[in-house]
Amino acid sequence: MASFLEFRQVTVAFGDYVAVEGVSLALAPGAFVSLVGPTGCGKSTLLNVAAGLLAPSRGEVLLEGRPLKGLNPVAGYLFQQDAILPWKTALDNVALPLVFRGVPWGEARERARVWLEKVGLGRFLRHYPHQLSGGMRKRVGLAQVLIAGPKLLLMDEPFSALDIQTRQLMENELLRLWQEDRKTVLFVTHDLEEAIALSDRVVVMSAGPRSRPIGDFPIPLPRPRDVAEIRLTPEFLRLHREIWELLRGEVLRAHAGA
Amino acid sequence: MRGLRVRLWQAGLLLGFLLLWEWASRTGRIDPFFFSLPSAIAQRVWRWFATGEVYPHLYITTVEMLLAFALGTLLGVVFGLWLALAPAVAAVLDPYVKALNAIPRVVLAPIFTLWFGLGVLSKVALGVTLVFFVAFFNTYQGVKEVSPLVLQNARLLGAKPSHLLRHVYLPAAASWIFSSLRTSIGFAVIGAVVGEYLGSAAGLGYLIAQAEGVFDTTGVFAGMVVLMAFVLALDALVGTVERRLLVWRSKEREGGSA
Ligand SMILES: Nc1ncnc2c1ncn2[C@@H]1O[C@H](COP(=O)(O)OP(=O)(O)OP(=O)(O)O)[C@@H](O)[C@H]1O
Ligand SMILES: [Mg+2]
Repeated sequence: MASFLEFRQVTVAFGDYVAVEGVSLALAPGAFVSLVGPTGCGKSTLLNVAAGLLAPSRGEVLLEGRPLKGLNPVAGYLFQQDAILPWKTALDNVALPLVFRGVPWGEARERARVWLEKVGLGRFLRHYPHQLSGGMRKRVGLAQVLIAGPKLLLMDEPFSALDIQTRQLMENELLRLWQEDRKTVLFVTHDLEEAIALSDRVVVMSAGPRSRPIGDFPIPLPRPRDVAEIRLTPEFLRLHREIWELLRGEVLRAHAGA
Repeated sequence: MRGLRVRLWQAGLLLGFLLLWEWASRTGRIDPFFFSLPSAIAQRVWRWFATGEVYPHLYITTVEMLLAFALGTLLGVVFGLWLALAPAVAAVLDPYVKALNAIPRVVLAPIFTLWFGLGVLSKVALGVTLVFFVAFFNTYQGVKEVSPLVLQNARLLGAKPSHLLRHVYLPAAASWIFSSLRTSIGFAVIGAVVGEYLGSAAGLGYLIAQAEGVFDTTGVFAGMVVLMAFVLALDALVGTVERRLLVWRSKEREGGSA
């Protein structure tokens, strides 16, 4: 099958520092792919490249077979840090992508309300970001990204600020939403368990500098999944052991380098 | 409770100062000819308003300063936005902006009188040269300090340049613009009054100049009191508008509704 998004020999350097080198990675349409790796290995950098915010120093990104130039028009990007507008309420933040597309405010707000309810923030419509917790702001960001209906979803550690219960709720919710229309997802996380529970594929990056994928594991667990239950299955534990074997060495290397 | 105590101290301080002044003048410790008396000044202010003789002057000054304030702010914000969003233009114009801002404005007053006559226009022009730069520099700074992450997020969500202006740049610069408004009011008054003082036939500056011409210290001080009250009232007005428009800032935490 032709890939939806493809990194071809992508190298990104910041001055003399080569963050990632020769990254080749292809995402099939509708695939849920996780990127794991030690801190500082260039995961966010790769997402920025996929979003078209950062041009690779060498190599290219193909979107449905065509080289990506400028902003990626079909990408929704949930940033690692807060990126919602501090001067707009939760409701208006989520309505905004529709307003940008010419939907009148009234209708945009109506649809935004539905999305905020989906992410469990139905009671916080009129709150400004500073009145919400870190996890709640993340969920506003998620609703804001999803309301625009992107074909490609780039997520940078979206749930790391959440407590374990909310986190599993959100993970299940994400899987449910993804199941509905099968967007292509590139999901970055530190948490290997989360990566396995959610994905079709887990890609392991080596420690930086000059980081690149060093392992690519298909996750043949059945869907639909419940992220809490699936962690207890023997197949999950086997995959976890196998991938952790590889990842541990990189994490140790990253620590030794730091 | 603390607020009340602060208010009481503030009132006490003012009262003490006025009483000391009154006492010193009455007992001849300072020369009433040069320093006047608070009671005489109060009487003069009262008479001006009772007879209505101050109103035409107040009206003229108000018109001049409001025009200078509005025009200067408008031009400053527009140019600030333009230069902040077009770095190439900013690079070219930078030395000229600095050079123009280096001119002490008072020396422009005679030229403006020549160009625009003794009426309202020359005072407005003087005020505009003062107000413009305050609004300009603050808008420029405000736009420059927009979080790049919020900006990238908005662009990825589909914002066109006009949307960015409306939903990102202007709100982000708003707190800078508002803080500049409060300085601008003072400058607009300076422009009006200095202009009147140096050559006119009406206005509070003219009133003060007249009083000074006949060594009427009470009249000078009375003019100052009216000006002060006037500026404070405008400042409070801007403050109210500012609080309503900038509710999203975290300082206004208590303003949240559940
Ligand atoms: N704008 C930049 N200028 C210079 N160096 C940068 C820049 N952005 C990232 N880097 C460097 O590139 C490397 C990869 O950064 P990146 O943010 O992609 O890591 P990451 O894998 O997302 O880490 P984490 O898991 O901690 O979020 C880091 O060493 C970082 O210091
Ligand atoms: Mg990162």
